[in-house]
Amino acid sequence: MTLISPMVDKDKTAERVRARIESGGRDPKDIGFRWLMLATLLFSLLVLAVLVVDVVGDSWSVLSSRLGDFLANPLRSRSDEAGVFTGLRGTFWIGIFVICLSFPIGIGAAIYLEEYATDSWFTRLVDVNIRNLAGVPSVVYGILGFTIFVGLLDGPFGEDGAFGKTTVAGGLTLAVLSLPVVIITSAEAIRAVPQSLREAGYGVGATKWEVVRNHVLPYAAPGILTGTLLSLARALGEAAPLILVGAIRGRLGSNAGFFELGQLREQFTAMPILITEYATKPGDDWVPVTAAAIVILLLVVLGFNAVAVLLRNRFEAKREGK
Amino acid sequence: MTEVRALNVDDTLSDDIVVDDNRVVMDVEDVSVYYGDFRAVRDVHMPVREHEITAMIGPSGCGKSTMLRSLNRMNDLIEGARVEGRITYQGIDLYGPKVDPVEVRRRIGMVFQKPNPFPKSIEENITFGPRIAGVPKSEFPELVERSLRSAAIWDEVKDRLKDSALGLSGGQQQRLCIARAIATTPDVLLMDEPCSALDPIATGRIEDLMQQLKDDYTIVIVTHNMQQAARVSDRCAFFTTEIDATNDRRTGQLVEYDRTDKIFSNPADERTENYVTGRFG
Repeated sequence: MTLISPMVDKDKTAERVRARIESGGRDPKDIGFRWLMLATLLFSLLVLAVLVVDVVGDSWSVLSSRLGDFLANPLRSRSDEAGVFTGLRGTFWIGIFVICLSFPIGIGAAIYLEEYATDSWFTRLVDVNIRNLAGVPSVVYGILGFTIFVGLLDGPFGEDGAFGKTTVAGGLTLAVLSLPVVIITSAEAIRAVPQSLREAGYGVGATKWEVVRNHVLPYAAPGILTGTLLSLARALGEAAPLILVGAIRGRLGSNAGFFELGQLREQFTAMPILITEYATKPGDDWVPVTAAAIVILLLVVLGFNAVAVLLRNRFEAKREGK
Repeated sequence: MTEVRALNVDDTLSDDIVVDDNRVVMDVEDVSVYYGDFRAVRDVHMPVREHEITAMIGPSGCGKSTMLRSLNRMNDLIEGARVEGRITYQGIDLYGPKVDPVEVRRRIGMVFQKPNPFPKSIEENITFGPRIAGVPKSEFPELVERSLRSAAIWDEVKDRLKDSALGLSGGQQQRLCIARAIATTPDVLLMDEPCSALDPIATGRIEDLMQQLKDDYTIVIVTHNMQQAARVSDRCAFFTTEIDATNDRRTGQLVEYDRTDKIFSNPADERTENYVTGRFG
């Protein structure tokens, strides 16, 4: 008060200043913007909530009465016997392919691009191309998978009369599909590592590999993890490329166990394919079956994301010294 | 524009009667550093003597940090950085074809402007350098204590060696970084404005520490703070900027290099005098 009181004598400035300061922060534009942003958030949540409630509601009759059967049975043509076993098995193995191939290769490529490659027209070309590849429609990857992987497994690398449309072909195709996203997100995470951390490593006589291994990767781990697991989730939800690679929409020839390696060379199906199949069957009795399959796929993807979040939190806590 | 005085060992010594001259451990002869086509600093002559603190002072952009980072090939990390002239350590040309920059940085340690401990435990911060250099694990406990004691931080952290280094205060972090640099048993310690992110008390502790370290190490420090240079250093190099006539960009240059008392009491160059008396920069 004492500070502004002399100004009162000059003119009404102090009054006006005080009125503005004490206005309680009620700029209408500011408030409007805040509500608008909140509305967008609520809209996204609402859409998700409706989807989940709808699907879970539809699926309840199946999930509550015969969950065990549903998980253990393969694709069947009778709605009260149909299950998701073959789909889950295929999706599991495809996930293994993505994790084992696209994660290490993608992270490795990102390390090279960020830490080793010098800025030249070539690296810029590579960078642009990877970004474009990430935007290529998944069907195109399906065509690629069909011509290359199925073709190779059918022909040169398969035995006589070997069958190319296998889990291996599907897994390889989706691994390639998720590769660009893995590279991009890993590269972003590596780029975000502060230069001072690298300097600290080099300053005590570390080689490039030692700096990358001991300091850059641990620091970038949360970001890399988030990106890679999101790309895995996306790959597991893809149907289009698998259709092209020959995923089966009917009964599979063999009935191998969940973890049996032999099935990798046999025909396969996956959750999205199975869902499509159930969804296109005529008759109301298939609605709960379809919904139940969707819920199972959602749970698998959510499970992966939960693991991602947990691991990320652990890495982040470590990075911040907690 | 006045011609830069080309200084070498003999020049600096001819004016004064010097009785206790230490051996030259690093020598900078006729060095210019470029970033791509841009010449950041030119024609530096600066012998660094054993068990002395050599300070580099001057206004922003005069190339002192660039010069410092060239002394242990830290500039290799910056794309396009290039050194012309000769920088030697124990008589070895650091930019010679067979030189391994990793080994150079082990012998010539560095402390940075902003404390940059690894986001790991205090202990791991110390042991990382020795570990990659192949020091056996059994020596770690003693090495950790010795390094932390040398950096005058042992008493503050001895009970929490397993705690994260990020929990330390800024001044403690910087002393930890000094301990980390010492742990690889270097000859020379380069310090790039090590106190600029610290409060006066923490700064005082680092300055005291530097005086202790002088007995075992040779220190080269870049500082913005003239008082600091006057307080801690034995020799002082004054850099300034000039417009490069060839490309109209600012290039750093060494104006004067001499004993610190001479630089601050009786500098040979008018520009030095203007700077140290506060009339410029």
